[in-house]
Amino acid sequence: MTNRRDFIRISAYGAGALAMSGGFFQAVKAFSSPEKAVALSVDLTRTATYCEVCFWKCAGWVYKNEEGKIWKIVGNDEDQHCNGRFCPRGTGGIGNYYDEDRLKTPLIRVEDRGKQVFREASWDEAFNYIASRMNTIKEKYGAESIALFTHGSGSSYYTTLMKAFGSGNIAEPSYAQCRGPRDDAFLWTFGEEVYSPEITDIRDTRCLVLIGSHIGENMHNGQIQEMSDAIDKGATIITVDPRYSTAAGKSKYWLPIKPSTDIALLLSWIHELIYNEYYDIKYVEKYCLGFEKLKEHVKDYTPEWAYGITTLAPDLIRKTAREMADAAPAVIVHPGRHVTWYGDDTQRTRAIAILNALLGSWGRRGGFYRPAKATVPGYPAPEFTEPARLWGDLFPGLYGVATGVVSNALIDASIPENNPAYPVKGWIVNGTNLINSIPNQPNTLKAIQNLDLLVAIDTMPVEITGWADVVLPECTYLERYDALRASPHRKPALALRMPATEPLYNSKPGYWIARELAGKLGLDSYFPFTKQEELLDWQLKQIGSSLDEMKKTGVKTFEREADDLYFAPEENVVFPTDSGKIELYSAAFEGLGFDPLPRYVPHEEPPEGFYRLIYGRAPMHTFGRTANNPNLTDLMDENTVWINPKVAKIWGLVNDQYIWLQNQDGVISEFPIRVRITERIRWDAVYMVHGFGHAQKQMQRCYGRGASDTQLMTKVLVDPLMGGTGMRGNFVTFVIENTEKEASS
Amino acid sequence: MRYAMAVDTRKCVGCSDCVVACQTENNVPIGYCRDWVVEVMDGTYPQLEIEIRSERCNHCENAPCVRCCPTGASHFAAGGIVLVKPVECIGCGACIASCPYDARYPHPKGYVDKCTFCFHRIKNGLKPACAAVCPTKCIYFGDLDDPNSEVSAVLKMRKSKTLIPEAGTMPQLYFLI
Ligand code: SF4
Ligand code: SF4
Ligand code: SF4
Repeated sequence: MTNRRDFIRISAYGAGALAMSGGFFQAVKAFSSPEKAVALSVDLTRTATYCEVCFWKCAGWVYKNEEGKIWKIVGNDEDQHCNGRFCPRGTGGIGNYYDEDRLKTPLIRVEDRGKQVFREASWDEAFNYIASRMNTIKEKYGAESIALFTHGSGSSYYTTLMKAFGSGNIAEPSYAQCRGPRDDAFLWTFGEEVYSPEITDIRDTRCLVLIGSHIGENMHNGQIQEMSDAIDKGATIITVDPRYSTAAGKSKYWLPIKPSTDIALLLSWIHELIYNEYYDIKYVEKYCLGFEKLKEHVKDYTPEWAYGITTLAPDLIRKTAREMADAAPAVIVHPGRHVTWYGDDTQRTRAIAILNALLGSWGRRGGFYRPAKATVPGYPAPEFTEPARLWGDLFPGLYGVATGVVSNALIDASIPENNPAYPVKGWIVNGTNLINSIPNQPNTLKAIQNLDLLVAIDTMPVEITGWADVVLPECTYLERYDALRASPHRKPALALRMPATEPLYNSKPGYWIARELAGKLGLDSYFPFTKQEELLDWQLKQIGSSLDEMKKTGVKTFEREADDLYFAPEENVVFPTDSGKIELYSAAFEGLGFDPLPRYVPHEEPPEGFYRLIYGRAPMHTFGRTANNPNLTDLMDENTVWINPKVAKIWGLVNDQYIWLQNQDGVISEFPIRVRITERIRWDAVYMVHGFGHAQKQMQRCYGRGASDTQLMTKVLVDPLMGGTGMRGNFVTFVIENTEKEASS
Repeated sequence: MRYAMAVDTRKCVGCSDCVVACQTENNVPIGYCRDWVVEVMDGTYPQLEIEIRSERCNHCENAPCVRCCPTGASHFAAGGIVLVKPVECIGCGACIASCPYDARYPHPKGYVDKCTFCFHRIKNGLKPACAAVCPTKCIYFGDLDDPNSEVSAVLKMRKSKTLIPEAGTMPQLYFLI
């Protein structure tokens, strides 16, 4: 019988393990009753934090056991981001603290870059080294020749440092490698982005449409909680995905689309809404601009037209368009989060924005709400001087739509052959593993070899630290204060992070690192407080609270100034776009030389014997960030490659066999990956979870476990509008016997 | 009093938060677990169906593990909860072999361990750790003898099933379908 029935027991212990542990099973007297021990600890003191395992930043409490050691983390009931419930990664966040492979002390490289020979250094020595190189680069090329790549809560301090130093080249890979296209698409359509956490009103929606979004596998906490609420209330879920995702399994309609054809589906949905007059006529008349041009544009994009491209039955396209219209305005065509796929991502997410506008969901209950945000006063510090040149001057004319700094442009500008208008010679890399977060690794490595300075700041010895000149060990979020969390949400709110314990080893908080380095550069005045908690207390007192109060509550939620979570009926909304309207037709794009309305352009197809490489998330990991976390590797310690049974048959593959993947450019995965044969993936694609296949030996638990998708992404489909790096244009085939690798291992 | 739990398979996403929360709450050593996630998928692309459920000890009313325990370490506590007294457990493993659900594991300290329905929490009025953390709120817990409890209410409203009912164990872990 073919393996049509997939049965998977996730997580460590199973019958197999028992069978193997026969010898172990001896009668040993137990020491103590764990029940009693735990019962006592319930009342132990707790400290406030907000989670750093992903950007959702849920607020919670850290509890310690009788020995004073960190025991568990649970959500704060008052927090809108988590409602008292952390996700598995946040719950397992204690593993980030306990991970014995953490960076422990500053390191200075003594051999060639990449050879990974370092010596331990004192903080003072490390700072002197960095400051002197930074000053040399500044003298020779200008301050803007130093770039910051950054992710996470420490970003604000290093940003202050960079701006004080005179460089505005501050890039978050979460822009051009992740959510940038969607943010720009919504900005250029509605004049506003969808923020983080997203302003999707899933809780009250009647129809949630997911285009490749795999909520449930991505555990962005509020969204998964609200999706569950929506299921309880009987909302319709429509999932578009070539893979039968967890969300697809919860959906009334699953549209198993041919990969790379989403724009065709979106255009035919727009066609259906317009030509059947399903759209919100009043809303469109009142708020939107360019409707007639859009109508003309989609005239021929019928479901039959889309069928030939997407392989989705016209009837299914019609029915789902109708479902959305019936639910409107309580409908969300989800903007997605990681949307850098095919290089036309801004246009694809523009089509999503347009669909939402036609359905009248923006500003409506069950659609998108109007966020509110608490403002945290800044302490008076000297003004920054305007940098002489910015990232946009590196390659004039490129990426005209971009509203963020394009990390890959800074990387390209570090390679002299690319003839940038000025060179980038130094990188400070904070909390982002550029080797695995930026596609086309050979390009990144080439850039690195041209640098005069590479500083890596992290908690873990991730790959980028192996290439650095100086490695600075940050402590984890459980061992430090950080800036107050003031994210937009339904109500304005603040959350506090304070240390539950002293930093382990010789690691230090980000604020301290940035401030000390500023001192060496003569920029102390930008960090007026010696201790961050003094700044926090000052800030909190300005708004009628205090550090002491926040330590008790962890979270402080304020009422909205006005009752305006949704547009009022007939409200005269002025959208922050050029025209003050929702721009269905983008004159701005046209002016910049781009399509004013999204078009479908076919993408390259996999060659014979190759399959499109699709990747995604697992609920128990935040990509590589948690790859070595002892609690979370216990739940999942390697990725697998999902292969359709028909394909497996052709190749003679069996479940649990280890194979290598080879891409269209001949790159073979450094490590083998386990085969998972499943009907849940189309025959023209394979799927794997991103964040595995680490090549850094110092991370003992994750070294060599699974394969790295990034390594197989040598082809990058760059979005000409905003520089996003599309990563779904790579194709892989299977290498079953890899004599070279076996011999060398 | 009759404690029971119901897991809504329509909402469970298999994230394993219940597993890691149980491990930290109950100091379960890394490499072991008291609860786990099962995914069962059926069909051929694109006609597919999947059921995801979080499993653990069923706190059976007719528990084979209690019956076969030679020392009385495995016993029924208040509300029908099946517990193991670590000090009385000699680690013979008879209960592990007798459990049709594979719910018990040998703790490295030498006794058999398993889900306690978080006895230490519920007696203080808290929810079990897994139910308290689950981001989809798909784990319902309470007293079946109390018609107003969360679990009674949801079992009344929804269709449910138990696992391997033919084993005659009378399991008290229900799955909403
Ligand atoms: S969603 Fe999970 S990982 Fe992200 S901040 Fe919340 S608890 Fe942490
Ligand atoms: S935490 Fe909830 S959703 Fe996640 S696997 Fe457990 S029961 Fe399912
Ligand atoms: S009830 Fe408690 S012991 Fe049982 S699985 Fe849930 S968290 Fe673990």
